[in-house]
Amino acid sequence: MTAVEERPAAEIGSARRRKEDQRLITGRTRWTDNITPQGTLHLRFVRSPFAHARIAGIDTEAARQAPGVVGVFTGRDIGEGKLSMFTVWTVTPDQKAPQHPPIAVDTVNFAGEAVAAVVARSAAEAVDAAELVDVDYEELPPVLDMAAALADGADLVHPDLGSNLSAHFVLDSAEAGSGADAKQAIEDARSSEDHVVVERTFRQQRLVPAFMEPRSIVVDPTGEQVTMWSATQVPHVSRVALSLITGVSESKLRVIAPDVGGGFGGKLQVPREEAALLVLAQKLGRPLKWTETRSECFLSCHHGRDQVQRITVSAKRDGTVTALHADLLADMGAYLCLVTPGIPILGAFMFGGIYKFPAYRFECRNVFTTKTPTDAYRGAGRPEATFAVERIMDELAAELGMEPLELREKNWIKHEEFPYTTSAGLEFDSGNYEAATAKAKELFGYDALRAEQGRRREANDPVQLGIGISTFTEMCGLAPSRVLGALNYAAGGWENASVRMLPTGKVEVVTGTSPHGQGHETAWSQIVADRLGVPFEDIEILHGDTQVSPKGLDTYGSRSLVVGGIAVTKAADKVIEKAKVIAAHMLEANPDDLEFGGGRFTVRGTDKGVSIAETAFAAFSAHDLPDGVEASLDSDATFDPESFSYPHGTHLCAVEVDTETGMVTIRSYVSVDDVGKVINPVIVEGQVHGGVAQGIAQALYEEAVYDESGTLVTGSFVDYLMPSAPDLPSLVADRTETPSTTNDLGVKGVGEAGTIASTPAVVNAVIDAVRPFGINDIEMPCTPHRVWSALQGRRPEAPAVPQSEQSTAMTQEGQS
Amino acid sequence: MTRITVSVDGTSYTDDVEPRTLLVHHLRERLGKTGTVVGCDTSNCGACTVHLDGRSVKSCTMLAVQADGHEVTTIEGLAQDGELHPMQKAFHEHHGLQCGYCTPGMIMQSIDLLVEHPDPSEEDVRMGLEGNLCRCTGYQNIVKAVRAAATGGASQ
Amino acid sequence: MIPASFDYHAPSSVEEALRILGQHDDAKVLAGGQSLIPVLRLRLAAPEVIVDIGRIEELRGVRDDGDALAIGAMTPHHTIESDPLVHEHAKLLALATETVADPQVRHRGTFGGALAHADPAGDLPAPVVALGAEMVIAGSGGRRTVAAADFFEDLFTTALAEDELLVEIRVPKHTGWGAHYEKFTRVSQQWSIVGVAAAVRVEGGSIAEARVGLTNMGSTPVRATAVEQALVGQPATAEAIRSAAAAAAEGTSPPNDANGDADYRRHLATVLTGRAVLAAAGA
Repeated sequence: MTAVEERPAAEIGSARRRKEDQRLITGRTRWTDNITPQGTLHLRFVRSPFAHARIAGIDTEAARQAPGVVGVFTGRDIGEGKLSMFTVWTVTPDQKAPQHPPIAVDTVNFAGEAVAAVVARSAAEAVDAAELVDVDYEELPPVLDMAAALADGADLVHPDLGSNLSAHFVLDSAEAGSGADAKQAIEDARSSEDHVVVERTFRQQRLVPAFMEPRSIVVDPTGEQVTMWSATQVPHVSRVALSLITGVSESKLRVIAPDVGGGFGGKLQVPREEAALLVLAQKLGRPLKWTETRSECFLSCHHGRDQVQRITVSAKRDGTVTALHADLLADMGAYLCLVTPGIPILGAFMFGGIYKFPAYRFECRNVFTTKTPTDAYRGAGRPEATFAVERIMDELAAELGMEPLELREKNWIKHEEFPYTTSAGLEFDSGNYEAATAKAKELFGYDALRAEQGRRREANDPVQLGIGISTFTEMCGLAPSRVLGALNYAAGGWENASVRMLPTGKVEVVTGTSPHGQGHETAWSQIVADRLGVPFEDIEILHGDTQVSPKGLDTYGSRSLVVGGIAVTKAADKVIEKAKVIAAHMLEANPDDLEFGGGRFTVRGTDKGVSIAETAFAAFSAHDLPDGVEASLDSDATFDPESFSYPHGTHLCAVEVDTETGMVTIRSYVSVDDVGKVINPVIVEGQVHGGVAQGIAQALYEEAVYDESGTLVTGSFVDYLMPSAPDLPSLVADRTETPSTTNDLGVKGVGEAGTIASTPAVVNAVIDAVRPFGINDIEMPCTPHRVWSALQGRRPEAPAVPQSEQSTAMTQEGQS
Repeated sequence: MTRITVSVDGTSYTDDVEPRTLLVHHLRERLGKTGTVVGCDTSNCGACTVHLDGRSVKSCTMLAVQADGHEVTTIEGLAQDGELHPMQKAFHEHHGLQCGYCTPGMIMQSIDLLVEHPDPSEEDVRMGLEGNLCRCTGYQNIVKAVRAAATGGASQ
Repeated sequence: MIPASFDYHAPSSVEEALRILGQHDDAKVLAGGQSLIPVLRLRLAAPEVIVDIGRIEELRGVRDDGDALAIGAMTPHHTIESDPLVHEHAKLLALATETVADPQVRHRGTFGGALAHADPAGDLPAPVVALGAEMVIAGSGGRRTVAAADFFEDLFTTALAEDELLVEIRVPKHTGWGAHYEKFTRVSQQWSIVGVAAAVRVEGGSIAEARVGLTNMGSTPVRATAVEQALVGQPATAEAIRSAAAAAAEGTSPPNDANGDADYRRHLATVLTGRAVLAAAGA
């Protein structure tokens, strides 16, 4: 960067521009695909075109003979075919998990599963030779529909498991003692005049995380430790997992996530490919590299979402909710990857949303299919939950003839009621749904838009207006380790940080988080600059390399700031404590008489003082330290959060629905989010923008589609519709700030909030626009075809001339 | 093998290449210009965008042999004498990037779009970037950055 | 991915290109590469020989040729979008070309290349057919001309033989006509779900002549002749135009796919034809 930015009074809260940018905007980057040690061999996987097949034989002879080929390997060449990837979450004691080899051994269970690996001197030669591998497949029936998969006599994905049901998880407030009996309450409501029951079935379609950097792995076995560079969100988790899976000694394995181009949960994985490369590189004794094509990424990186949700809500006729029952089918795909079975469970506690449901029941059946496995994707279980509850609240409002915002306000936790323990058993620390909603309404022009909606309805305008609401909260900041243990999640949720002061006064902060676009280097520098009183520029944030940052649980679940950032503050505070002792000695004062501020220790009531940098040098030279004091200020902290973090917000979306074509256009989108205290408002806003974009895309554009033979037909960006700039509206993103009470920075997570909130805001808007035509749901994505099809047969009369903004110009020109 | 001479970021490079070599692979692997990246295999994402004779192209959808005798500018060739290009500065100032993977292509295309529209409306910017995918930013700050760069004089 | 190997030729004249094409059975012509290179990368095709006609300068450019524009096959989309002659005499072409792919693709992709590729969802065949263009084809026996309507034979199939080259497209001038290309997609980058190319000559508030071509309503572009006929003599009003547009789906066989079934596309064709003609008439 050129000039030093003006130093703000406090770093925390200031709109600091990012340290990360300098390299990224000049192309001075270190993506994994840039890394090619001397002598690197290149690997290409051969992948099954079939969703389900027995591998009758693999003829590798022609491939072996091809130019440049060093070896061709099949499943049995990887640990004799006995290695298995594992999942860290056993959601029920009887959870069924199949053997999950890095390369298929006897059967393939999803289209795209690797069946062989070709290693050659160049990537081109590996691709050429891979085409010569001749695999003899005996096709088996694909298993594609979850309900059918659970029926008696269904074809089985894994016959040895005896069933396609992996687990049936239940969270019932009555059973847990955190609330009343939901099933009973609903039954009572059905037979009561004063109550209503609204039931809907929603489809959370399958999505593809589609981070922009395709995955790449390089394994160099030639050093004393084996080094693996990987485009991953989880280098620490991978290190542990791979050593357990492959038998490589953990201390002999170094994992480095260099620059990583986005993850969104898609790189929260220990992919089969990492295990395969780790084993093969050691076998070959040469560095080995694999970079996927985008088409491979679509097939072999895990997918997101994919649930069928039956949601039932009961309420009094005055709108007071009495119970919520969520009954899900969740598509695991063919295998249980790192967190696969746990993703729906992450939403288990959240289907009640921000509302005071006295009774709550969540149940979920995890089902195997012959598709790419699912796993984390931005929000991981909570977008699914928020969608269900925000949609059902709109349905309930329609049933009762109540204004949807009014219904929400009647039932949400009031500001004064925090901390509030929900019937799902979670204690929400703080929040202010009233404030966020009021602000959102104002920014949105809610009343004016409702009036316009009314006018268009009256005029039978072919372009109808819809207003969608999403008042959300979410559960993030993964996670209190004890809670994870109680849920049978194999790892903990703590985070680690080290803070070191160098002799010249510079500061090194080692964090166990693994940023891939979130700006931790900048935000952690801001935190430490304030804490230690050292300049923002003098702080170096180190991460992503298990030899540099030996301890951590990485980045996902909106945990980095709330867990990792707090760990950083605690390590910094320990540094201050150590420095204080040395400062007192230097000042010949009692440590209790010292004050610390602006980077200086001063003796209270005097102007005698030393800077913390001076204490660092004093520690380094160690010429005159008090007895028993080590020559170091360096400190470590491992922080385990007491609770989850509960950001919230109100999102409002206005859409125009062209009833002649079914096209949906977003007219405006407002979000007011409360993520507690804000370290860097620019970074926070950016996270909201990106999150909202993904949520809008789920509502309108994206879907991973399989045909009847189990082939992924949306296998590239040609068919999997990701929005580019003209496809998204300009967003109005604002905030309220209700500090968290469970950490001393008062911060809450933000990384997933935008995505969690936005999808139901958009879909509610679409349904709101067409509800007068008798429609109460349209499956996502709300394509023009689906919208138009829903409208067919329900139009009372022929359309008038279009009046929307988009067609006004044409109309004005066309009229004579 | 075909012998080609391509000028990249002001330096001329002569190489023997397999005709099937994509320009982006030639840049990255032969010439070490790793600032330009590959994001897809169907020409949708635009992460590979460079300038060919001053206009933006997707370098994954060109063969290196087609660039013979031509001039290529990559993200690495934008800054002059240590001074960032106004578009680079604008992206930084307006937080128009997060993970940075789409950024080289996004910046190169943004510069090109200002050639067509020196004073672009929001719609001009969004349409001008229709060939560039970003998963992180939702495009909001990218649009801001490009419009700011326009008023700051950032077209070439 | 990495394409399969091929032999590469970069001829500097049409004659040389034809000679090479004549010598090889499994050769493909490389124009702008925006359609061919993606195909090669995914190894959907692996020709043994690529003939790069990018060095043949005589194939580029827009010429005023009396009652028609003569457009070289290698003229990039970007030139068509911005060329003053095209804007003045064949505006429909410029409007349709603006919607093709994205700016980067339009800098490299060529008019002739897109037409020779004949993707049913491509945006250029419909306007070319609507304007009654003629395709000039060079072969070993000399040059021949094929009417646009006869040039597109099927999905990705044209009247070009394996050893022929499309060298020029002659577009009859439609000076002073109103034009509009209505492209219906879910996201901007998407191929047309349905597209309508409309050009009208309005005289005294009435439509004197109309040309309407449909994109992705069949395996080749469809000329909506029923609509054209219904429009003649009609006032250029929304009501009259919509009424004539009701015939838009006649003679079409639209595909069923993820973006819509045939029924929906037929419906879209009528709605979008009404909008396209109205916009063309008002322009």
